[in-house]
Amino acid sequence: MDCSGKHDVVSSEGTIYESLLKKGFSRRDFLKLCTTLTATLSLPAPFVSRIAEALETKKKPILVWLEFQDCAGNSEALLRATKPTVGEIVLDTLSIEYHETIMAAAGHQAEKSLADVVANHKGNYIAAVEGSIPMKDGGVHCCIGGRSALEIAREVCGNAMATIAMGTCACFGGIPAAAPNPTEAVGVSAAVPNIPVVNLSGCPVNAENITATVVHLLTFGTLPALDKFNRPLFAYGKRIHDNCERRAHFDAGQYVRRWGDEGHREGWCLYEMGCKGPETFKNCPRIKYNDGTNWPVGSGHGCIGCAEPAFWDRMTPFYERLPQPPGFGVEATADKVGLGVAAVTGAAIVAHGIGRMISGKNTRED
Amino acid sequence: MPKERIRAYAWEIPVRLTHWINFVCIVALIVTGFYIGNPYAHAYSSSQYIMGWIRFVHFTAAYFFLMSLVIRIYWAFAGNRYASWRVWLLLTKQQWQDFWGALKFYLFLSKHPPCAVGHTAIAGFTYFFVFILFGWQILSGFALHSLTHTGPLWFYLGGWLTGMMHMQTIRLYHHMATYVIISFAVAHVYIAWYLTLKERNGLMGSIFDGYKFVTGKEWE
Repeated sequence: MDCSGKHDVVSSEGTIYESLLKKGFSRRDFLKLCTTLTATLSLPAPFVSRIAEALETKKKPILVWLEFQDCAGNSEALLRATKPTVGEIVLDTLSIEYHETIMAAAGHQAEKSLADVVANHKGNYIAAVEGSIPMKDGGVHCCIGGRSALEIAREVCGNAMATIAMGTCACFGGIPAAAPNPTEAVGVSAAVPNIPVVNLSGCPVNAENITATVVHLLTFGTLPALDKFNRPLFAYGKRIHDNCERRAHFDAGQYVRRWGDEGHREGWCLYEMGCKGPETFKNCPRIKYNDGTNWPVGSGHGCIGCAEPAFWDRMTPFYERLPQPPGFGVEATADKVGLGVAAVTGAAIVAHGIGRMISGKNTRED
Repeated sequence: MPKERIRAYAWEIPVRLTHWINFVCIVALIVTGFYIGNPYAHAYSSSQYIMGWIRFVHFTAAYFFLMSLVIRIYWAFAGNRYASWRVWLLLTKQQWQDFWGALKFYLFLSKHPPCAVGHTAIAGFTYFFVFILFGWQILSGFALHSLTHTGPLWFYLGGWLTGMMHMQTIRLYHHMATYVIISFAVAHVYIAWYLTLKERNGLMGSIFDGYKFVTGKEWE
């Protein structure tokens, strides 16, 4: 499906602006929201009016939210928003026709509403996917209403205008895909190739990034610019380490060495505690979590690289800088192996020298 | 029983120069690299810039190292027969014979030290792998550097690797290759010293002045 062209996101009722007015938003609140979204999208200030215009005129997009092999943590991240926020936009002011965790409908009635969206709004709705899709044994390891996740994803995402993969599981398989990956779990774009997918990785996803992506779709009719893992550059274009509030301590050489030590109490850099900020790309330091309350590094814990592919396999151990060398026991670190190699070399040389000494052949005999 | 020796010019200036630039760079890269991997010295004030300077030295030394390798690879085609790329590979039957001969000597199976005006067959072949190792360090270094340096130049220099290998895997092998280089350096110096004693050919000094003392047979 082509998402480079312009699309009109059709909906049953009203615009986002109208919904916000009904919820008690003032014009001022609305413009503040538009400014926040413009900033989240890394767009310059003149775009505030364009985004405001889009939210005033474009009809509310229809959104269906599918849950597969997940913990509902991404849904929870949205539900836990405490004040009228961007998170609320997604849940209250978008036209959500299907969301297993929060919808009132159940059973066949619920499945019918999903089928109705696919049938009546083909190519004009947004599919949000949370959780990974198991591929093993024809996908039987995750079934909803008698159909496999793979089958549902093919139908719903295949007919959507665009699919937003919510969280690392939906993007890259995440924790269900961690070794040994018993269900052969994969992300949406691997399970249903050749459809437009925006990966909003992270564990969980940030509500601000979801809203900004949807608003980008509404305002410009296109998906935002994406990186090599199909993540929007506005949110995943910068490394956490480079925007980190503790970066100055890294450059100075001030590091936490033990949990609770003086450096930890002083808020120094968590590099030595295995922080994966230097290899993780996301806007966490900027927009944080829970309405901008805090984020892992802000609360004194290193980044675990949850927004990157294969984080559970390659970003571990979370409290060490380097992953384990392949083919060695779990206790082996790269440095132990390296010292072993150096020691073997030294030992070989000593043995060689002693061997020559014993053999006593110290002069050339030709 | 000193034999008649010929004073042979083996190592031309570019060979010696790049050798010592490599030496300085590798020492600097190892020391700063280990600090970056595990910052062993801590700042007492946030106005210090220890990691900042260490990283600066690491990156600068890496560029010098790269340029030194470029010169040396150029000289492998432009220089004399002892600097040629051919001595890095076992291309001829003679090289294979020399290779087994040298191996036997190192394993105490033979009493005849390997003799050559340039590299012995084992040394040449080892340097082939050492150059691959150096190449990996530079490539993986640029790959890690590309995390903050975006744009086509950095992509072609190493950024493309992050699309094929996980960043942490690149970091791990960049780190572990350092130990292999350290092991090589230890063996390299020991063997050079050992052959200097055995052959009395001035091998150790040759990397300073370029001259080795060889018997007529080797000169042929």
